This record gives sequence, C-alpha cells and structure tokens, in this order.
Amino acid sequence: MMVPATVADTAALLEEGGYVADMALATTVHLAMVMDRPLFLEGEPGTGKTEIAKVLASGLKRRLVRLQCYDGLDLAAAAYEWDHARQLMAIRLAEATGGTDRVALSSDIYSREFLQARPLLSAIDPDLPPAVLLIDELDRADEPFEAFLLELLADFQITVPEYGTIHAKTKPVVVLTSNRTREVHDAIRRRCLYHWVDYPDAKRERLILARKAPYVQPKLAAEIVAFVQKLRGQDLFKLPGVAESIDWAGALTHLNQAELSPGAVDETLGVLLKYQDDIAKIKGAEAARLVTEAKAAAAD
Amino acid sequence: MPDPDITAKGLLSLNILNFARLLRRAGLPVGPADMLAAQEAMTRIDIGSRIQVRTALRATMVHRHEHQELFDQAFVLYWRARENNEVLEIMDKLAGPKPPPERAPPGSRRLAEALAAQKERPTPPEEAQEEIDAVLTVSDRERLQSMDFEAMSAAEIANAKREIARLHLPLDERRTRRRRSDLTGPTFDLRATIRGSLRSGGEIVEIARTRRVTRPPPLVVLCDISGSMARYAQILLHFLHAVANDRDRVHTFLFGTRLSNITRQLRHRDPEVAFQLVSQIVPDWSGGTRIGEALAAFNQQWSRRVLGQGAVVLLVTDGLDRDGAAGLSENMERLHKSCSRLVWLNPLLRWDGFEPKSQGIRAMLPHVDEFRTVHNLASLRALVASLSAPPDLRAMDRWRLAA
Repeated sequence: MMVPATVADTAALLEEGGYVADMALATTVHLAMVMDRPLFLEGEPGTGKTEIAKVLASGLKRRLVRLQCYDGLDLAAAAYEWDHARQLMAIRLAEATGGTDRVALSSDIYSREFLQARPLLSAIDPDLPPAVLLIDELDRADEPFEAFLLELLADFQITVPEYGTIHAKTKPVVVLTSNRTREVHDAIRRRCLYHWVDYPDAKRERLILARKAPYVQPKLAAEIVAFVQKLRGQDLFKLPGVAESIDWAGALTHLNQAELSPGAVDETLGVLLKYQDDIAKIKGAEAARLVTEAKAAAAD
Repeated sequence: MPDPDITAKGLLSLNILNFARLLRRAGLPVGPADMLAAQEAMTRIDIGSRIQVRTALRATMVHRHEHQELFDQAFVLYWRARENNEVLEIMDKLAGPKPPPERAPPGSRRLAEALAAQKERPTPPEEAQEEIDAVLTVSDRERLQSMDFEAMSAAEIANAKREIARLHLPLDERRTRRRRSDLTGPTFDLRATIRGSLRSGGEIVEIARTRRVTRPPPLVVLCDISGSMARYAQILLHFLHAVANDRDRVHTFLFGTRLSNITRQLRHRDPEVAFQLVSQIVPDWSGGTRIGEALAAFNQQWSRRVLGQGAVVLLVTDGLDRDGAAGLSENMERLHKSCSRLVWLNPLLRWDGFEPKSQGIRAMLPHVDEFRTVHNLASLRALVASLSAPPDLRAMDRWRLAA
C-alpha cells in the first residue's frame, strides 16, 4: 500500500488502526513517511510509542520487523551473522573435490546463502516485501550499537565487509522509541524526526479508553480518566501512563464497579502506581479527595 | 529586504531562514541540514494549518525534549510578529552586531602567555621526580586559591590531566558483552578464523581468539557547592572538568539550594570556556544547602535518565544541611537503590577522631556503599588518591556504628 498523501490521510490511517493521535503526532508521522526519515519517539513508559509502529505496519499492510534493544546487543543479534558451521562444511567440500582456487572459494563461502539475516538486515532486504522497522527502547542498548545504526538510518543500507553493501529497494518506515533511561546520542537524533509523546489530555484519553476498553461503562470511563488526569498533577515518582489507565479500567470492571469509590480505588491502586512511596502518598484521604474531585470533573 | 514580487515559496523559505536565525540566537542548535529538512517538510504539509506548520518545524529543528518549550515560545513570538508585519524590525535587531562580550574571551590568558611570556618563563621540570612533584603541588595550590576562578594556565591544565589519568574508581572494570580480538583470549572467533583460513586455501592454520571488553560504568557526580564547600569549589570544578573530558558517560550535577545539570557545559574541552558556561547557569553559588531537596529533584527528574547501565554515583558533600536533614534519609535511600554503587566523598573530615554528629551526616551514612574522606582537599592529587584507594570496609563499619 502506498504512503498516505496528506496529513489527514495519515491521521485517518492511525484512526483506523485504533490509534487516537493528536494533530501534532499525525503530522510528524506523516512527515517521517513522505520524507523517508526515521521517526524518533521519546516519552514516558506507557504512552503508546511502540503501538504507533504496530498500527503503521497494519495500516500500510507491511510486515513489522521489531528489534528489542538490550545492553550488549551486537551485530550478530541485530543485523546479520555468517553461518560459520556451513562455511566450514563448504571449505571441507571444496578441499575434498580438489577446488583450491582461493578467489572462487572466498566468493563461494561469502555468498548470500551463508548470510543469516537478523531484524535490521531483514528490514532492508531487497528480496523481501517492504517493512516497518521498529527499534524499540533504544536507550537500553549501549552506545557502540547506536554508532552502528547511523549507517542504516542515514542511507537505509548495511555494509557487510566480506560481502558488500545491501541497499533497501523500498525504504522501510523506521520508528525508534526511547524511555529516556539514558540520553540517546545527538548523532542519532540529528538523522531523525523527533516527537515527544506526552500524556494525552482528558478528551483524547476518553477516546483511547473507549477504543481500547470498550466494555467499560461510559460513566466509569469518564471518572477513571478524570482521576488519572488529577493523579498526573500530583508530585509522584512515577506518573501513570495510558497503558495503566486501560489496565485500571479493566481491573475495576472485573471487580464489578459501576463508579469510582474510595475503597475500590485504594484496593486497586497498585494497577496505577508502581512505587510503594507513591501508593502510600495517595492511599486513603488523598485518594478519597481525588475521587470526589474526579466525580465532579467527570459530571461536567 | 525581500523583493515585493518574490514568489510565495521564496517568502516561505525566507521565513524559515529568519526563524532558524531566531532559534539560534535563542541558543537552539539548528544546523543547515535541519533547515533543508524544514523546507522539504513545508512542501509536504498543508501550510494553511498553523498546527501542521508548527509540528513540521518542530520535528525537523528540535531534537531534544528540553528544547521544545523554547521552540514553542519562539514560534508564537515569530508568527505574531509576522502577522503584525514586525518581522523586519525583529530581524533588523537580530542582524545588528552582537553585543560585545563583557569579559575578555576565554583562552586569552593562555594566548597571551603563549605569545609574550614564552621566553622569560623557566622551562618547567618535565621529568620531575616524585618529591619535587609534591612540592610543586603545594605551591600550585596556593596559586589556585588566590587565582581568578576562570583563569588557568596551560601547565595547570596539563597537570590536571596527569592527575586524572591516575584515577581509578570502584567497579571500574565492568565486564561488557562486547568482545575484541586477543591472541591469548579465552574464546574462539569463528568469523575471523574462517576469514584467515582463506589465505591458505581453506586450511585453518591459526585460530583467532577474543576476550571480553571491560569498560568503566557511567559515572554520575553530585557535587555540593554551598557556602561551607566554597573553599573547595575551585578544585572540585577542576576535577569535574578533567573527569568529564577523560572518560565518556559522565554526568555532572551541582547543588546548593537547587540542582543544576552542568554536563553539557563541562563537555567543553577548554576549561575556561567550560567554567564560564557553568558560572552562567548555576544560580546558587556559595549559598545554603538543601541536600534533601536537591536529591529529591535529582531522583524525580534525572535518576531514571542517567542511572541506567549500572551507574556509579559519586556524592561530594560535607553533609551539613540547612533544612535540618528534612527528607534526606528517604531520598538517600532511593538514590542508593537506583544506582549500582554510591560513594560519598566528604572533604570536611580533617582529623581521625571525627564523630558523625550532624543530623545530615547521620541521615546519609546508612545509605552509602562507601564513605571516603579527604583530610586535606587542597590538591587534585589528594582527591584522586582518596577515590582510587581500595575501600576500607572496617572503617565503613565504624562509621555506620557511630551514626
């Protein structure tokens, strides 16, 4: 499927995939696609960064190639690896059949059939259909890995010293995400379009909840959103993301709650807040106050 | 001045050009590549929509979250001026000569030195013996204390670099998952072995080996610059700059009554430029101390961003807190739990019979892995020696008991 022609088309594509994006995000995503630039999404955990890549893949009818980053991620796991066992076999075979032409042997064992593609190579493989490449949580990988990404992000190509350079036939849509557990280097940022994914406002969060948790009663959903929005204004160590709101809506529904009540909020606070200090701060009187305020706000 | 019958496209790119200049004046790093990208982005969106234009410019010209606020303000300012036809006035102001710098540009002392005093200066004893060196350190110290804060001679910079080369922090030999080739390494490298075998027609003559790479973990330095630490500020800043330029992954914060991140400023290779930049952004030099509050701010805003990958935290403070240790214990505990090692360097301990009496010290001691003391923080050498010494576990137990 072709890349959308206008920002409105991109917004519609995200909408179809069940992603409620604001105008700024839709514009940035659109630009990334039409300008063939990687999209660098930063934001707090649980604000839907990874989801964008998934929705784009399904919307554009492309395969999603996902690379989850971790400390120590190296070329062999991220891009390609030579199949050493088969190469050794090939050398043995050449010896047995008496083929000792060094040039021929070298081009034989460094041919494409011995090259095992890992996610990055697979995403630009000219023999495969076009892809959406998701490089998830780049901040978890170490700096040497970032340096390797530069070639891929700038030119959509990977150079294998023994083989040559592999170019993408159709440039993949590249989405990088980061939770900012480490600052990603400026050289990476420069090559990308940058967007900070913020917590949604109340209106958009209600829409998201209606999409992602359609089984929740509208009244409860409105109160949940109002409560979580109030909670994000508090001085907490870790603010709840959209993912937590959705989880919480599910939890309250499973407990057969039709509306927020201080007791139920106290019992399920662990779904929203993941640090004991934060829970201790909110539990009890503070939660009761927020519930009252949230109910008033939701009724408006 | 733009030509009246300039095309709409030309006008747009002129606007982008002017806007980029405004951003640069405001301190945002906007390069020519960013401007080209912005121009291209303008052709791909509906330029009648203000929000699309703003987002397109932001996505192409801003690369960090902390610059976003400044960008948004600049955008509002610029486009309001454009609507009122005041752009030309703004741009005229921008085009005017930059205000002259108030102080002599950094580096001028070293330049002057290099130009004038070259011949009169006695050649420094390059191959100085240890004893001579120690004497030099003392005289250097005296000069440092009487010296203007930013000024530093080339010899002093070289000296700082030499000292820092001896620094060895705890956990410096952190094993990574990367390998490098090593003839006597413990593991085989099949890829290199096969490549080598082709030279001999497929016969494996030599087996390539690799070894794990070790590298120091990220270092986060939190340094107290309150009044009671003021006499050490010079030497500490000296130290911080040398460390930041010696190893990668160093994050530096200063705190007194509030927390300032000076990592970017210290990255400047020239110490004088770096110190000037630092003194511009740090508002609370030699004021009071609110350690608890500063640590809370660090935990809230920075700990998750800089304490990944097994970071070591070096906390430099005398532990004398103005707020009577309010919130100190909790925030120390959180900091301790978020990093792989917390080293507290206390420069106030000048005799062995010191008792941790102050509230601040008692609140902090239970939460540190290593407590290091500098009996006389007068030279970089003493500082480096104290940090590089093997941890004294028995002393640590004594401190804990006393606290």
